[in-house]
Amino acid sequence: MILSLSKDAIEIIKEQDVVLFRNRLKETAIRIKMSLVNQTRLITAASELVRNMLRYANGGMCLIEIVTRGRDNGIRLTFTDKGPGIPDIALAMRDGYSTGKSLGMGLPGSKRLVNEFEIKSQAGEGTMVIILKWSHG
Amino acid sequence: MLQKKKKSILENWMKNQLVYEGLREDLISNDELRIQSEKLIDALVANLSADGINDLDSEKWSPVIEILGGISITRARQGFSPRETGNFIFTLKEALLLVLQEEIKDDPKTLYEESLKISRLMDNLSIVTFETFIKGREEVILRQTDEIAEISTPVIRVWEGILALPIIGTLDSARTQIVMENLLQEIVNTRSSIAILDISGVPAVDSLVAQHLIKTVSATRLMGADCIISGIRPEIAQTIVHLGIDLSSITTKASLASALAYAFKSMKLEVRRANTVQKL
Repeated sequence: MILSLSKDAIEIIKEQDVVLFRNRLKETAIRIKMSLVNQTRLITAASELVRNMLRYANGGMCLIEIVTRGRDNGIRLTFTDKGPGIPDIALAMRDGYSTGKSLGMGLPGSKRLVNEFEIKSQAGEGTMVIILKWSHG
Repeated sequence: MLQKKKKSILENWMKNQLVYEGLREDLISNDELRIQSEKLIDALVANLSADGINDLDSEKWSPVIEILGGISITRARQGFSPRETGNFIFTLKEALLLVLQEEIKDDPKTLYEESLKISRLMDNLSIVTFETFIKGREEVILRQTDEIAEISTPVIRVWEGILALPIIGTLDSARTQIVMENLLQEIVNTRSSIAILDISGVPAVDSLVAQHLIKTVSATRLMGADCIISGIRPEIAQTIVHLGIDLSSITTKASLASALAYAFKSMKLEVRRANTVQKL
């Protein structure tokens, strides 16, 4: 049973928003006393996904939620965009695959950095990625 | 009609401005304020005529807008708040309306029409004030952005043949370009053979930042110099491993000190404590 405690939506339109978003995320992570390593992992994963959003979908929305499952708190991030969508998710999740000229580590890498990772995409309609990181774990 | 009343408008306006509690006597003196106000009223009244009052785009208004714009921009630079700047023009509106009220006491219809005209004019002028005020502020921000870009990418010559480049803040494509250009140019200028990129001040290293780092290192190698990346914090090391980025082809060190020690070693230099105390 996962309960959501607080919600905070941030719009990502330009590259400068990434810095603002990352700072907000860091504040939230510090508030729930997330360990430094987990903070860095979450922020890095989020940063990958936000960059994807900017690069392939010209921006989108990000929802920062503090969630709890009893004694443990965590942060859940929901990224939604109205971009072209990902036609083959299995391929996109493979290490080293990229349609742009990047390293192709963004999606698979961020999956390895967080506890829960969910991706839904509809070609032509957009993509939604939900990640969750517990403060200890 | 208003021309005759110039004096009393000015008096009223000054009174209004002085009464306003947010008056910034620390930023502007009364005399200076008076001069500014007088100049504006002169221009305003000179151009105030029945036909041109509704058309702010006409050339007749350009001196007024110019004066107003000048005042707003100076105020933005001096650090006035938007409220204080807006108040400057709003108190003028009040003063004008007060004069109108006294003059056309007996004819409510004309009073209403004239007041409406003055209101519209002053509202337009306030919009001009805010536009220029914001423009002034934006110039300040733009200048600061340039300054930050300039100070954030220094190339330091730490030793004969060794360059250090501390990177602070997020490494985006534009920054990487500046960093790379500065570094490569400096390698040529100083004939250095080792460059140390210190990323202690980079808050997060994701795949894009890593890609930029790899590109910078490759470019340095092409120039015949060696590139060491230092300042990799424990949490960043873990994150890079989890992300699956391969940095094994690059020499990396935890701190700038160990990177420097490595650089000394590869240049066959030795740092020793002197046995005898020398006079400096």
